Amino acid sequence: MKKKYVLEGLGCANCAAKMERAINELEGVKSATVNFITTKLVIEGDDNKMDDIIVASEKIIKKIEPYVVIKKA
Amino acid sequence: MKNEIIKIVIGAILFGLALIIDTDISYLPIILFIISYIIVGGEVVMRAIKNIIRGNVFDENFLMGIASIGAFFVGEFSEGVAVMLFYQVGELFQDYAVGQSRKSIASLMDIRPDYANVKKDDEIIVMDPDDVKVGDIIVVKPGEKIPLDGIVVEGSSTIDTTALTGESLPRDITVGDELLSGCININGVITAKVTKEFEESTVSKILDLVENASSKKSKSEQFITKFARYYTPVVVIVALILAVVPPLIIEGALFSDWIYRALTFLVVSCPCALVISIPLSFFGGLGGASRKGILIKGGNYLETLAQTEIVVFDKTGTLTKGVFNVQEVYVEDNINISKEELLMIAAHAESFSNHPISTSLKRAFNKEINNEIISNVEEISGHGVSAIVDGKKIIAGNDKLMEKYNIPYFKGELFGTVVHVAINDVYAGYILIADEIKEDAAKAISSLKSLNIKQTVMLTGDNALVGEKVAKELNIDDFYAELLPGDKVNKLEELFEHKSSKGKLAFVGDGINDAPVLARADIGIAMGGLGSDAAIEAADIVIMTDEPSKIADAIKISKKTLRIAKQNTVFAIGIKFLVLILSAFGLASMWAAVFADVGVAFLAILNSFRALNVKDI
Repeated sequence: MKKKYVLEGLGCANCAAKMERAINELEGVKSATVNFITTKLVIEGDDNKMDDIIVASEKIIKKIEPYVVIKKA
Repeated sequence: MKNEIIKIVIGAILFGLALIIDTDISYLPIILFIISYIIVGGEVVMRAIKNIIRGNVFDENFLMGIASIGAFFVGEFSEGVAVMLFYQVGELFQDYAVGQSRKSIASLMDIRPDYANVKKDDEIIVMDPDDVKVGDIIVVKPGEKIPLDGIVVEGSSTIDTTALTGESLPRDITVGDELLSGCININGVITAKVTKEFEESTVSKILDLVENASSKKSKSEQFITKFARYYTPVVVIVALILAVVPPLIIEGALFSDWIYRALTFLVVSCPCALVISIPLSFFGGLGGASRKGILIKGGNYLETLAQTEIVVFDKTGTLTKGVFNVQEVYVEDNINISKEELLMIAAHAESFSNHPISTSLKRAFNKEINNEIISNVEEISGHGVSAIVDGKKIIAGNDKLMEKYNIPYFKGELFGTVVHVAINDVYAGYILIADEIKEDAAKAISSLKSLNIKQTVMLTGDNALVGEKVAKELNIDDFYAELLPGDKVNKLEELFEHKSSKGKLAFVGDGINDAPVLARADIGIAMGGLGSDAAIEAADIVIMTDEPSKIADAIKISKKTLRIAKQNTVFAIGIKFLVLILSAFGLASMWAAVFADVGVAFLAILNSFRALNVKDI
């Protein structure tokens, strides 16, 4: 399953890289990319773990950049 | 953004005042510095504290906060404020630059249609393209984007394909023509039947491709990500050692001096310049290419393209148009008919066949076929046809047919498919049908050669005579003819031996039955991707138009992008290391460090902007 989000207010490229790395380490994630330029987050993961992945990803993003607003793309 | 500017201006005025003020009250400048600092940098410090509470220590805010506050403690008030001031100015510039590039990329993505006018029971409903189903009838008005792929059922118009091909050559369409989403309808109202859902439509595929391209990272990007991961911690640790160790072991060394050097380190410890500018260069290159109708499926392919040494072309449909046309009509001197009449006779005799030769004869004749004058048609498989046309016995076909009927015929070298015609068993002449070379094919080869491509090769299933002629005319280095589809992969294997270990081999085909070759090559390039799913699927690079000259453009874009990425890498890493070394020896001030951080980031971003500009390529 693939989910796409827009990260509004994504401010620093290094933070985007940090988010990408952390989300990729989550259980059930096949691949995750955070594109600093398009501000898009794409997560591909196991269908049955997707809900947990999204909650955990949100936590990671908020921890690194609290000002970012996560929206469905 | 406005608030930030006001803050910076007020802070800067106070800072300047503190620098020039001439007063007996010694603490007045210090108070001004502190006020200025709070205005400019208060937010940064607050953010740093919040982030520490969240357990996120080594972020930019923290490093800048520590560096500037540290400067205050070692008595360097002016530098402490300056660090924060310039950091904020740099951030502002950076935000602006990133905002600009996001905007220009968004405009690149602006081909997404927002709505579709769906016709239901004579009523027109505006719908999200996502909700339209195959078989629905859509209406596209002048000026609107075509939302989904379909077939025109009513009306005719001119459409602008710029968004897909990068060319503003308008196309005329009418009932029965295929309609591609993403194009813009220029003048007439068209009604069309939807043939593909939005997800499967051309526009979605292209958008997907461009967006996903940046997630396939190039080696340079991977290097930078890795570098950034270790750079900050290493610099911070070295800074700590620098602050503590030398004052303890070197006699007479002052803590304040070495702490200042350590703080300078912290200012340079953010890898942002690199982390932003390298992917931005690649994204710019990919975006710029797509603007020219060249879709590159990933940063990695953009990178490999620059190392191309051998370019292998398929002939039909790639260098030639793949459309067979009558090239020459020859009438024997002693035969008293015109060229037009010979063509008429041949077109009629062959009119019952649906062989490509018959189609091209009919196209060249370009008049109605009169079935009443044709009788006794007999097809001689692999040879040609015999028939009675207008009361005369016509034999039309290849050399073998003429030999079979013992008719002497023209035996010179002819490049293409020849249809000999005999009237009442007397040789009348021939019609030469051949594929045409694309207008820009010669330019495609010559510009590749000017890009130092070592070898150009053509593969074809056609006969050697035709192959040789095309290769000579286009100045192609080598050609291999009479190849079966399977032979092409083997030939490619042989050609791999010709290149150096670092060089790459690119294969250019039209995506039709050469998928294995496209896959085997280091870079598979498919031509004429407009509307061909197979080509988009199989290749690494898709050229939306039919122009082989775009391959040289793609290589130029690739080289330019790589050059920019390299400049940024060397420049950013170089300046940072230089400042680190100088400040370790106490030779660089914090001012230099601020430049090495934000100044470099800003310049690198500006430089990477150039990748998006492909106009002069």
